Amino acid sequence: MTAFFQNLGMTYDWAWFTATIVGILVIALPLMLAVAMVIYAERKIWAAIALRRGPNVVGPWGLLQSFADGLKVFLKETIIPSSANKGLFLIAPVITFTVALIVWAVVPFDVGVVLTDINVGLLYILAASSLGVYGVIIAGWASNSKYPFFSALRAAAQMVSYEVSIGFVLICVVLYAGTFNLTEIVLAQKGNIGFGLLNGHGFNPLLFPMAIVFLISSMAETFRTPFDLVEAESELVAGHQTEYSSMSFALFWLGEYANVILMCALNAILFWGGFLPPLNIEFLYAVPGIVWLLLKMGFFFFVFGWVKATVPRYRYDQLMRLGWKIFLPLSLLFVVLVSGWLMFTRYGVAA
Amino acid sequence: MIAIFAFYLFATLTIASSVMVIFARNPVHSVLWLILAFFNAAGLMLLLGAEFIAMLLVIVYVGAVAVLFLFIVMMLDIDFAALRSGFTKNLPFGLIVALVLLAEIVVAVSAWKAGPVTGGAQPAATTQPNIEAVGELLYTRFLFPFEIAGLILLVAMIGAIVLTHRSRGDVRGQKVSRQVDRRPDEAIKNLNPAVGEGMKL
Repeated sequence: MTAFFQNLGMTYDWAWFTATIVGILVIALPLMLAVAMVIYAERKIWAAIALRRGPNVVGPWGLLQSFADGLKVFLKETIIPSSANKGLFLIAPVITFTVALIVWAVVPFDVGVVLTDINVGLLYILAASSLGVYGVIIAGWASNSKYPFFSALRAAAQMVSYEVSIGFVLICVVLYAGTFNLTEIVLAQKGNIGFGLLNGHGFNPLLFPMAIVFLISSMAETFRTPFDLVEAESELVAGHQTEYSSMSFALFWLGEYANVILMCALNAILFWGGFLPPLNIEFLYAVPGIVWLLLKMGFFFFVFGWVKATVPRYRYDQLMRLGWKIFLPLSLLFVVLVSGWLMFTRYGVAA
Repeated sequence: MIAIFAFYLFATLTIASSVMVIFARNPVHSVLWLILAFFNAAGLMLLLGAEFIAMLLVIVYVGAVAVLFLFIVMMLDIDFAALRSGFTKNLPFGLIVALVLLAEIVVAVSAWKAGPVTGGAQPAATTQPNIEAVGELLYTRFLFPFEIAGLILLVAMIGAIVLTHRSRGDVRGQKVSRQVDRRPDEAIKNLNPAVGEGMKL
């Protein structure tokens, strides 16, 4: 794209700058639209599971419900509690929202269709997603109120706990793919199992348990049910969002759903072949890669909604037990197993 | 031009936020400025082409260490008056530390002017990704220090557990297998007590 803007008579620096801004907007704007539609879709899924109708008034089949909600919060007054730490109180939702967006810079939608194709892509995702907790912690502290503060403490402990096992799961994938670059990780899954027929690390018996661990950990990482203790309404009112109103509240929501969509994308990219079709058959490649990626993300989003509608909330000690006593040893064991298997098959035992 | 702009942006922000760490009145603000300083330092590493170190800096320091730091500082009950009264008492000690640091910086700068320690050795070709280069060195030439570092960390970890672990006799632990194995017929009793008698559990 830089070349295109250079042809318009810009210097290289300005062309690069403009191309990057355009690239960011091309990803961020559809993402915001997707968040609106995804909230609608999720409410419909919960409604269907609970034998209700869900939103069905605004627009055809209620499709415009999210936009009506968005307009409503936009027109409301932002209330800042008098004892809150004003600057941090307002910065917290901005951090949540920004961090949820910056991760998308390295997500590959097809070969070459990615904003920045860096060779530490997976580490970048890990780094950016570990920043997400700051929005919650700062919001909880700056609100100067009991419930948000408890929520901030819970969020910090939960995020750090599950990041450990996510790190080890990612190491397994990286060992198998031999690279940190997300596009190459996807391409490494091409026909890698089932006599070259199946695309995806998840079909590999050695990595399938890790795919499950990653799916569950990604729910914990985005504070979704059954791990939504951060905003457990029976104990903490609305958690860190208790004191927030209007747009500052909406930014938390947008950030949260952008994170959920991101985790769906990561599940698809790391374990289920990303933009590759599920089967390694020639005619399936006629469908554009982005369609396959969106289909897989849609599936995982449905799983997220399904779990939220059916599974009751964990107790906090159960949450910690699952993270530290089950997922951590399990993922550690699989790092050893995967590296052992690779030493045995790929590099020769003696090496 | 963009690289130069980015360098001055990161460098200025690093120094400014480091200064704010010291001068912020509120300790929580100090920690947040520290996080910003870490972040901009990672940006500087990125400009030097050390993307692996930059990412590790963000993951380890910003993502884990600083979160725990913030966690602790947020829960401290701080008396600001007492903090300020300690200023004159600790001033001489602080000045000594500052002088030592200044001397170190002077020595470092003069040593750097004398020429690189590596004796003119050039960094490896940039075609190889950081991670592979680091891995190759760590697992060949620096294998022994690397494993010793791992061992020291393990000992520190076990030490921390030993120091903080205490077995209290008065708590009932969760036995998850028993909770999962519980069946309705052993958990529920259906009784029909007579009027005025109540029931015994």
